[in-house]
Amino acid sequence: MSDELAGVTDPNVLDPSEDAIAEPIGSQEAAADHPFHRVPADEARLERQTGEGAQELRTREREIVMTGGTWPVDELGDTMVINMGPQHPSTHGVLRIMMELDSEEVVRAKAIIGYLHTGMEKTGEELTYVQGATNVTRMDYASPLSNELVYATAVERLLDLEVPERATWMRMMLVELNRISSHLLFQATNGMDIGAVSMIIYGWREREEVLRLLESITGLRMNHDYIRVGGVAADLPDGWREHVLNTMDIVEAGVAEYDALLSENPIWLERTVGIGAITTEECIALSITGPILRSTGFAWDLRKAQPYLAYDDVDFDVIFTENGDVFDRYRIRLYEILESVKIVRQCVANMPGGDYRVQDRKVTPPPRARIDESMEALIHHFKLFTEGFKVPAGETYTAVESPRGEIGCYMVSDGSGKPVRMHIRGPSFYNLQAMGPMVRNSLVADAVAIVSSIDPILGEVDR
Amino acid sequence: MADEVREPDHEGEPEAPAPPRPVEDRPSDEVAAALCDRFADAIFFESHGQSVVYLDRAHLADAGGYLRDDEQFTMCVDVTAVDHLVDGVRHAAPGVAPERFEVVANFLSHTRNRRIRLICEVPESDPSVPSLTGVYPGTDFAEREVFDLFGIRFDGHPDLTRILMPDDWVGHPLRKDDPSARVPVTFKGDPRPR
Amino acid sequence: MGLEQVSHNFLTAPLEDLVRWARRNSVFPATFGLACCAIEMMAAGAAHYDLARYGMEVFRASPRQADLMIVAGRVSNKMAPVLRQVYDQMVEPKWVISMGVCASTGGMFNNYAIVQGVDQIVPVDVYVPGCPPGPETLMHGILTLHDMIRTGELMKRRETTPHGGAGVTLEPASA
Repeated sequence: MSDELAGVTDPNVLDPSEDAIAEPIGSQEAAADHPFHRVPADEARLERQTGEGAQELRTREREIVMTGGTWPVDELGDTMVINMGPQHPSTHGVLRIMMELDSEEVVRAKAIIGYLHTGMEKTGEELTYVQGATNVTRMDYASPLSNELVYATAVERLLDLEVPERATWMRMMLVELNRISSHLLFQATNGMDIGAVSMIIYGWREREEVLRLLESITGLRMNHDYIRVGGVAADLPDGWREHVLNTMDIVEAGVAEYDALLSENPIWLERTVGIGAITTEECIALSITGPILRSTGFAWDLRKAQPYLAYDDVDFDVIFTENGDVFDRYRIRLYEILESVKIVRQCVANMPGGDYRVQDRKVTPPPRARIDESMEALIHHFKLFTEGFKVPAGETYTAVESPRGEIGCYMVSDGSGKPVRMHIRGPSFYNLQAMGPMVRNSLVADAVAIVSSIDPILGEVDR
Repeated sequence: MADEVREPDHEGEPEAPAPPRPVEDRPSDEVAAALCDRFADAIFFESHGQSVVYLDRAHLADAGGYLRDDEQFTMCVDVTAVDHLVDGVRHAAPGVAPERFEVVANFLSHTRNRRIRLICEVPESDPSVPSLTGVYPGTDFAEREVFDLFGIRFDGHPDLTRILMPDDWVGHPLRKDDPSARVPVTFKGDPRPR
Repeated sequence: MGLEQVSHNFLTAPLEDLVRWARRNSVFPATFGLACCAIEMMAAGAAHYDLARYGMEVFRASPRQADLMIVAGRVSNKMAPVLRQVYDQMVEPKWVISMGVCASTGGMFNNYAIVQGVDQIVPVDVYVPGCPPGPETLMHGILTLHDMIRTGELMKRRETTPHGGAGVTLEPASA
């Protein structure tokens, strides 16, 4: 098929002979001998394909192919290289995938990233530790609170700071609420990518409820900057218990609806079961964490394995499945919503009293009322928000389980008010490495489903 | 806090088996102790309760292979680098000869449920370390990122190209001497004289 | 034959007003989600906020079918040529909304990687502030644009600048 198409439009070959078309697709040795496949023709074809199908990034067309790394040009036989993205509706933002296609089948695929590179790690080195949370929260914009949490715990470990119990539980509740909203977003976009377009309406319906709850607690729908070094930014608002519990009921009803809509839907099963399978060994070798690793039958969850916050004190299960395909990843994220609902309910029931931030004047600003009556408090407040606080020299790595896997923060301090290095280990960045092996030998339409099931957030991939 | 276990006699002879260390100098951490026995110049350091082993950069890939095959460190979680050019107080474990760059690799053992961190000092004159991709394929993107943003080469990496920045970008943005290119804020169309 | 013999009501209007009315009520946005703002843009299109009320729920995947580009998020130097190409592929008349502070000014990311304002690449009609702007804010920006379309010039093309941008120049960074 690809021979035929290429032959018709190839300016170098005016009359492709009969046997060139009859050549069995895939027998590259035989094809290479044929005059049709001589090198100039390939060159021209490559130029045309990449020039037409690719986003033209520079005027030098030859280098488009090379963008993001070398591509083995000489092995290009009957196949064709196409670009998906960076502006493609189903690549979750600005992911670009180069695919080598043999008719409809993907022979090789390579993720090319960096189209959303924001220089956040550089900016993080220019911001004080107080301001840093504002920066990191914009990395994984679907689960900003996980970013803030890992950043805050890293700084707290360098400071040897103990967080009050209420702050710990509030953090846990908010991170779980965020996990719910993130997985609801996944359900919406994953449904849309695979063709269940009504899922975007349903998924957003419930997500909006969670976002309103988060807005009432943190003040913002996204990018909250709520979890700060030493605790959280503000106490829970009045009437939060009813609001949280009501929202959890809505979410539970919604999950039941998605389950009924999709889990036994034959079209959905046709599109997802057995697609993009990966094994536990491959996942571990490729440093893949989170729902993708759990979908292969390995119940690894940092919340259970290396508990942080108060995950020791709540009862929940780690969801895992056996097959490691797109359907299992969908199912894991669906049922993880229910586990998070379970945790949130326990947080509501067990929320301790006390301070919501540590009463250590080094990191915590004075209360607002004190500023009005005390000059020292005003100066202290001003100094804290302009110069920040100093952190003893040292380095540490902390990790928490974000909705996408292990998010880590490697922080190096030189004793000043700004970090020497603030590196975030984004789970999507590593998980995206699975795309190549999973997409191989699948159809293009399945590749869309696979990329969607990885659930990459490009803000975190590119940072 | 650090247990210094430096044996300068054996530097430059990585193949020679290191003689057993004095018992009181052995790291409290068993994996770190095994690494220190195996690599003569390894230095154990406990950083906020986490095991850190400083290694000569030539041994990074070997140490990775040892951790994977003999110590069940199944996953290399993260590879990154630090530029210490303008540090106020240079943080380094005692006994480590500080260089400008540090390459940091975090390892996780699922079976033993613990972590360890390897740090290599990398000089500015020859910024290169052996690649971990042969042992841990998952470090592919991370090493490309370090190469892109710091200009540290990973010898043996199959496809060491820029990953985040455009291909024709000049410089390595996360180096401290690379300007962050902050644009001064201007107020266009402001009628008032300035 | 006079008008009194026509059996139903009718309105007379200048053709220009009719065209403007039609344009205003069927603005098709291109899907150009970049970062956090794209999530809020999706929220605006989803159940609660329902952009369909303004005849613009259909986010076109192909720029050739779209006449509004909502630049939702920070534009990196690597993305800038792509964005410009998508803009060039859109047919006239076309409008641009710069959504969020990152697209409008670079926002808090004043560094090497981010274009300090998408108006350096494409001409922007409406700037929507916020980080990210909520769906209400985006909708206000969209309604502002609708108003501009309803009252604006019908046949006027954008003035082209030598480098194809909005006419804003930037000094190269020293060092």
